[in-house]
This record gives sequence, structure tokens and C-alpha cells, in this order.
Amino acid sequence: MLTINEINVFYGNIQALKGVSLEVNEGEIVTLIGANGAGKSTLLKTVSGLLKPKQGTIEFQGKTIAGKAAQTIVKAGISHVPEGRRVFSNMSVEENLDLGAYLRKDHKAVAEDKERIFKIFPILLERRKQLSGTLSGGEQQMLAMGRAIMARPKLLLLDEPSMGLAPLMVKTIFHTIEEIRKEGTTILLVEQNAHMALSIADRAYVIETGHVVLSGLAKDLQEAEQVKAAYLGGL
Amino acid sequence: MEWLQQLINGISLGSIYALIALGYTMVYGIIKLINFAHGDVFMIGAFIGFFAISRWDLGFFPALLLAMVVCALLGVFIERVAYKRLRNATRIAALITAIGVSLLIEYTTIFFRGAQPEAYPNVVSSKTFQFLGAQISMQSIMILSVSIVLMLILQFIVHKTKIGKAMRAVSYDVEAARLMGINVDNTISVTFAIGSALAGAAGVIFGVYYTKIDPLMGIIPGVKAFVAAVLGGIGIIPGAVAGGMVLGVVETIVSALGFSSWRDAAAFIILILILIFRPSGIFGKNTREKV
Repeated sequence: MLTINEINVFYGNIQALKGVSLEVNEGEIVTLIGANGAGKSTLLKTVSGLLKPKQGTIEFQGKTIAGKAAQTIVKAGISHVPEGRRVFSNMSVEENLDLGAYLRKDHKAVAEDKERIFKIFPILLERRKQLSGTLSGGEQQMLAMGRAIMARPKLLLLDEPSMGLAPLMVKTIFHTIEEIRKEGTTILLVEQNAHMALSIADRAYVIETGHVVLSGLAKDLQEAEQVKAAYLGGL
Repeated sequence: MEWLQQLINGISLGSIYALIALGYTMVYGIIKLINFAHGDVFMIGAFIGFFAISRWDLGFFPALLLAMVVCALLGVFIERVAYKRLRNATRIAALITAIGVSLLIEYTTIFFRGAQPEAYPNVVSSKTFQFLGAQISMQSIMILSVSIVLMLILQFIVHKTKIGKAMRAVSYDVEAARLMGINVDNTISVTFAIGSALAGAAGVIFGVYYTKIDPLMGIIPGVKAFVAAVLGGIGIIPGAVAGGMVLGVVETIVSALGFSSWRDAAAFIILILILIFRPSGIFGKNTREKV
């Protein structure tokens, strides 16, 4: 579904991704794990069109999307939940969800999707008129995910959904990610919480300083010495 | 009822400041640029209205509409030609460019038609009537009602329409707005169009009310509207309206007390005080946000 081939991405003179290749198949949860600054967020931003690769190709459902405008990529069916949630705090919960459906013209289906999101995250229904800046971190994460789903993506990019959340909330969020996949959305998940990420993913990539250093089935990586030592807390 | 009279004059003047200040504040809100050419768009609006009424025999409302449309196009043109390529440049570079654009508009106008002032034709009935002892002119009523209607339309656009939501999203977080599929460039253009249209309307209203226009007329009202925008809290739409009204009333009161030569100074004293004591403006607040 998504094929990234040997991309190089730069911030000014600094190279953040060095010949990264990655593949996501339809229906999968693929996770990308790595330390701070390894290039995980950069990769997602490049897929969603916020950054342009200097070399290399990105194909989504057979069409090249590298270097295309972000709105074109959203329209093609990729939604990106950015790191730090980035909800529009000056707007209500409902307005945030409406913005998620910005490019859609099928108003009736949009209204249905909104109801569906309120079913997945009942707290958002309760707070629909509230300014989103007043929500807790976990609620904002739910809102950011709901907002992305409003675009009816085929592929959902999630950047550190567990960041800064209490353990119980992290569980809820990961459970929801599995639910979203069951409904037919493919997921590319970036996480520092490697333990949780590997437990729900089908396949995984490990990225270090801009290189993919390891990849394979999530359950195999859970057992790999290199991963255990670096990302699963030793032993 | 001398006071009521002054209050009405002040509000009329204030609504002109408010219309101009709205453009300043909207543009600042979305690209963090103080568009110093905004006062000159106001001037162009006044001249378009003048030509429409005196040369092409249009009535007040068609002239107003024409001035708004021309100014909207001018605003978008300025943004596309001068500011767009500076989107990622330092703020000082964009600010200096804005001053350059301002001078360019002023002196291009002088180049084509000379610097002499023009007397605005009388299109709105100058009838007055008594209200609680105050003399109220039809012109004041007209100015006020046009301003209020325009502000209500703006409020509607910003809060109820899709493009309004996009404008608020872009002004809050450009990158997140892109991820929603919002076309940021178009949204910025629309913001310039709306802000400039309001300045154009203010130009026509100003001409009708004060009857004298000239190519440098935009400088002082432009700077004062900037003061009004800062006073209300730059980037905050209701703040621009409140700031404009406060400024208009204060200036009128200063004149009424017999210090009319201090009128312009009053605006700048307000600016200095607000920058010292409440730089975020009347409506500026600490944003409630959980991270």
C-alpha cells in the first residue's frame, strides 16, 4: 500500500533520513521504533507532505506522492496525527472534528462518521462544545485521532500517541488503535514505547540516526537481543 | 447634550478605525506580519469610491461595493507579489517590505494623479435630526450601520463558514492546518482579501464623512488603526473593534475638551501606555492550554 524507497531527507544541511526504505501492506499495523532524534517523526512528515525528500520515491497505492502538497496526500487517503497532538485549542471539540473532514463534500457521511467517533470516544461527545485546549492530554490525543479519522483515511500515521499519558490512558489509546485497524484502516505507528508498540504491531522497523537498522515481524523483534537491550529496558 | 453628541462623533470615527484595524489584526493573526501597506489600501478604497461616485455616477452602495472588490484584489495582489516569498524570511524583512509597499502605493498614486486633495461628492443626505438634544447626521447613522453590518458579516464568515474555520486553523497552527488538507496559501489570500475589502469600505466611508481625500491620507488613520488593533489585542478580531471604538471616543473627547491639537498624540500615548502596562491588549489573555 505504502512503499518508501531509499529516501534522503534534509533539514537545511543536516541529513535526517539516510536512504530509508519501508513498506506498509494493506490492513497491517506497522510500527517504527527508535530513540529521540532517530528520524521517526521526519519520516511521517515526509509521507504526509510536510517535508520533501531530496532523493528517493514514495508510492501510495501505486501512485507517487513524494513531494506532493499535503492536501493532495490527505485527499489520496493518508491522515497524520502529529506528535504532541496539535489540536486547535482555540476551537471546540466539534470544530476540530469538522476540520478533519475539511476536504470531504459528502456531508451526510461526515455527520455519520462524527457519530461513529463519538461512539469510539464517548468523552468527546460529552465535551463537544468545550474548547479543545481545556481537555486533558489523553482526551486531546483521542480528539487528534478522531480528527484524523474524520478524513476517512486508508492509511493512518500516528506519531507518539502515548507521549505524556498515564499508563491506563496509554492502554486505552492502544486498544483504540487496534479497533481502528479492525474497521479497515491501515496504520503506521511511530513510538518510543517500544514494548506497547510491538505488542500490537504485525511488523516493525527499528531506526537509528536516520538509518533503518533492523526490521521484521513484531514478535520476532520483541525477542531480538538488540531490541531488548536498547528499547525494552535491558536484560 | 454636548456629551452624547461627542460620543456619537467618537463612535463614528471609531468605527472607521475599527474597520481598518480588523484587516491589521486578521493579517497579523494569520502570518504574524504588521502590514504597514494596509492604510494605503484604505486610501485606494477612498479614491475608487470617489471616481465611482463623481465620474461614473454610481450611488453610495455600488461605489462602496466596487471599492471593496478592487481593494480585495489589490490586497491579494500585494500578498502574492510581495509577502508570499517572504513567508519563511525573518519578520524584520517582511516588515521592511511592508513599509516599502506602503511607500510604493502612495507615490505611485501621486505619480499618476498628483498630490492635490480631492473633495468627496455628497452622496449621503446631510440631513440631521435631534435625539435627546444631540444633533445626529444621516451620515453618522450610515457610517455606523454600514460598519456594524460589515462586522456582523465578518463574524459570520470567521465562525460559521468553512473558509473561516480554515482561517482560524491556519492562524493557530499552520502545520496542523496543512495536515487537515487546508490549502494554506489560498487561506492566507482570502484573509488578505477580506481585510483589504474592509479597509476599502472604510476609505469610502471616510471620504463621505470627512469629504477630503488625498494620496497620503492613509498614513495617520493606518497608524491609528494599528494602535487600535494593539489596544484590543493584536490578532483578536473583537479586540480590533473594541480598540477602534475606544480610540475614536478618546480622540473625540480630547478634542471636545479643547485640546484638539493633542488629538493625534492621544492615540500614541495610548499605544505607549498599553505597551508598558498590558502588551497583550484589552482582550489578550493567557491562553488556557494543557500540554
